[in-house]
Amino acid sequence: MTKVLTPTAEHDVAARDGLWMSPKDAETATGWTLKPEGMCRADACVPLPASALKPNEVDVAAFWTKLGGPVIASDQKDVWALGAPADERNAALDGLEAPDFTLPDLDGKPRSLSQLRGKKVFLATWASW
Amino acid sequence: MWQQLYAELKDNNFMVIAVAEESRGAEHARQWIEAAKSDYWQLIDAEHRLEDLYNLVNVPQAIWIDEQGRIARPPENAGSTDHFRRMDLKTRTMSPEDQAARLAAREAYLQAVRDWVRTGKHALPADAARVNLPKVTPDIAEARARFRLGVWLRAHDRAAEGDRQMAEASKLHPDSWSLWRQAADLDQVGKASGPEFWARVQALGDKAYYPPPKL
Repeated sequence: MTKVLTPTAEHDVAARDGLWMSPKDAETATGWTLKPEGMCRADACVPLPASALKPNEVDVAAFWTKLGGPVIASDQKDVWALGAPADERNAALDGLEAPDFTLPDLDGKPRSLSQLRGKKVFLATWASW
Repeated sequence: MWQQLYAELKDNNFMVIAVAEESRGAEHARQWIEAAKSDYWQLIDAEHRLEDLYNLVNVPQAIWIDEQGRIARPPENAGSTDHFRRMDLKTRTMSPEDQAARLAAREAYLQAVRDWVRTGKHALPADAARVNLPKVTPDIAEARARFRLGVWLRAHDRAAEGDRQMAEASKLHPDSWSLWRQAADLDQVGKASGPEFWARVQALGDKAYYPPPKL
């Protein structure tokens, strides 16, 4: 199995030759769906070159690179990190809507920023290091 | 760190979210969170997701978010100062003048937050907020992915390879103290405040470690 680390999750998929995987696994790992137009998410579609497609297989590394996101592989090619494209991060921040997130508290209970709509929020980071 | 502020202002439709950028996870942050005895949200960000989303570079940084979920003030140093750079490393103390100045700067920042919550003062209009938002570059985006991979590798007994990825991440995003210091801490707790840290701080020269917020 190949481990895929994305900005929000990690997934174990059956991949070969890098990140060639079934469209179903590609959707699980990336959140994008293979359609005739290419890989699509909401209103956006990214067309794929023929070289990134085989019967029931899609080259997720090629797709992610086309999206503009970094694709980093471990030495053994068994663990891959797919990073958010810089453009995606900048577009979100440029709109000045505070990006939503869900993180656990000490008890493991998930909390989302969007739950606090209607209040002023002071969001501060810290670390023991 | 923010409990007093929160206690004063919570009836003004205000909330504090403190997020631990802690790759070692909840148990490593527990003692400080419990000691804080806070009523606000104390969240654990083991993947440094917030740093990724908001393009952060150090701790503590704060973002002010208004009632409509919009960024009122983009990421800024949250009331800390560079006086620590003048600390006597042997005695680990600051001069009384520096201590007073440091305290005054922190109090000024807290007062700004109070003013914002009570009157909306200090919230930036859209253009000004955008100007103060640092851009995520392709190098920074790559740094995030390498850091993520590096942390995973370290946590799964592939420390040398993990450290290599994290070192590359720091090279790609040299402005990020978080990437560098978290990697150092994963190598050895305390290393992030050790001699290499001080050397890296000294190398800043005139550049700020904690740039003052433009309030």
